[in-house]
Amino acid sequence: MANKNTRTIEVNPVTRIEGHGKITVRLNEDGSVENARFHVTQFRGFEIFSKGRDFREMPVITPRICGICPVSHHLASAKACDEIMGVTLTPTAAKLRELMHMGQIIQSHALSFFHLSSPDILFGFDSDPAIRNIAGVAQKYPELALLGIGMRKYGQEIIKTLGTKKIHPWHSIPGGVNRSITEDERTSMLEGIPNLKTKLKETIELVKKYLDEHEDQAKTFATFDTSYMGLVKNGNLELYDGEIRLKGPRGRVTDQFSSDEYYKYIGEHVESWSYLKFPFYRNLGFPHGSYRVGPLGRVNACNDFSTPDASAELKKFRSRTDDGMVHYTLYYHYARLLEILYAFERTEELLNDSDITGSELRVTSRDIIAEGIGVIEAPRGTLIHHYKVNEKGAIEKVNLIVATGHNNYAMNKGVEMVAKENIHGEDVDEGVLNSMEHVIRCYDPCLSCSTHAVGKMPLSVNIVDKEGNSIRNIEKH
Amino acid sequence: MTKPKLASVWLEACAGCHMSFLDIDERIVDLLKEVDLTSTPITDIKEIPEVDLGVIEGALGNDEEVEIAEEMRKRCKILIAWGDCAVFGGINCMRNFMKKEDVLREAYTDTVSTVNPEGTIPGEDIPHLLDQAIPVDRKVKVDVYVPGCPPDADTILYVFQEILQGRIPKVPVDMMRYD
Repeated sequence: MANKNTRTIEVNPVTRIEGHGKITVRLNEDGSVENARFHVTQFRGFEIFSKGRDFREMPVITPRICGICPVSHHLASAKACDEIMGVTLTPTAAKLRELMHMGQIIQSHALSFFHLSSPDILFGFDSDPAIRNIAGVAQKYPELALLGIGMRKYGQEIIKTLGTKKIHPWHSIPGGVNRSITEDERTSMLEGIPNLKTKLKETIELVKKYLDEHEDQAKTFATFDTSYMGLVKNGNLELYDGEIRLKGPRGRVTDQFSSDEYYKYIGEHVESWSYLKFPFYRNLGFPHGSYRVGPLGRVNACNDFSTPDASAELKKFRSRTDDGMVHYTLYYHYARLLEILYAFERTEELLNDSDITGSELRVTSRDIIAEGIGVIEAPRGTLIHHYKVNEKGAIEKVNLIVATGHNNYAMNKGVEMVAKENIHGEDVDEGVLNSMEHVIRCYDPCLSCSTHAVGKMPLSVNIVDKEGNSIRNIEKH
Repeated sequence: MTKPKLASVWLEACAGCHMSFLDIDERIVDLLKEVDLTSTPITDIKEIPEVDLGVIEGALGNDEEVEIAEEMRKRCKILIAWGDCAVFGGINCMRNFMKKEDVLREAYTDTVSTVNPEGTIPGEDIPHLLDQAIPVDRKVKVDVYVPGCPPDADTILYVFQEILQGRIPKVPVDMMRYD
């Protein structure tokens, strides 16, 4: 795609991220960076082609938006369908759904950290691209690689136990779930936890050590103050069902509202150069009302974790800044591991609850309410499914705001910061390009989701001069 | 002896087939003793080199994806189509009943949370949609079909192992599924 007569730098595709995107860097005449943009390059159209389908099909259709966290779509969709039926779940069904969600948080966060991001941390941003991947980790740090693989496997097995498949499982149905778990399954899930939890705590120490040893980089890398968004329940971090909270950069709660009213508070801005929209808090407008979501967003937005070990670790996390608000982008990784710890503890709580093996799985109803909204915290942030149906239950309107979208502005700004600091003229080190990609990796974007509407992400970095001429183009598909 | 090289891409799809590949879990360590991963979504080599095995996940939905599929075909000896999207077009084909302009307009101007008074439709510096999403073999020859949404990890591994032993596999009936 590079044009030899013109001037730009392009990284295409951005790799080790979950989707398809590219980075374009535009240069001024003196070789300094004018701007840098992160483009999401795919569009698929789920919002539109779901029209006319029976709403009960949505929990099966929408997971195909994303194979990395299909459970998020499965659950958000089922929650929207519960509202259309006007039912409240039985305790067993609600807890089984949350259990599957914990499996997903564990597997997806493990993938993001161990498989995709750890190579940068273990080998360095400017290390040899040929080894800077999970295969390289497996060779040089086999124990860590196997831990990552094992942790992801643990989460995937929970999903398979409930939904018969690891990817695109089918378990939630409007009004409940289609299967419970047996005593044996419960016991075997519980057995896996203690060892993984111990190992996870060691990994958290490893990451803290890395952040300490690279303190300057950790505190400046693509870092800027923003607001944060996440679900909370009684003020605690919540992943399955809660109110949406927005917290300002200094730690004040800006707003908190029922997820059913999201559209009164959240708007989405459109740019011509990306298939991914830019959500913002309506009261502050775009781009001032932009905020961040995902592990760092949730950990900053909540008061506390409801489980003991995660809560204790959160205190240490917050002690790293004066006011307890952590804006450092590289701390996404730390926050992500903190959430895995919570997910293990919450999985234990759920499995030790007698409701979890109950047999009241489903509530039926003949009602069809015209509108349903389902909101959960996907691994990457707040996920919103909003359906309108006709009197027969056929879908008339679908609105999806996916987790990665909320971070779109921050990803763009972070990439631009790294570009401005490190790029002067067209001679750019591969390590610098990889650093820009790592900004994206911190947010663990799931571009498949982002483009539900859309769906893929090769990353390219394109460097362009003032007249829009392409200078340099680095691509990968 | 040099190891056979593998390259993979995901095109119009959800990444689920690549995730299912990762579900071979610790068996990946042994597989990597037999195969070199070159350009894939989980590695950092950006250009597809000459490889023995090429894998495509996903349908073709925009002009760039067609180019990538053609490039992959040129650079690989054996081309595998992973998953229902690559094999049949998959869920992406649900948009084929509508005009692409309508699909884009609705997604970017007409949802309850979109704030887009100028009616901006993305299209600058990003690939353009084909009129319809299509399976890979509508544009390039495919040697091995592995359907499923996604194909199971065991099936994916079976196919690799067969090829590594010099056989062009057909997915056996007991592993074949279309969900």
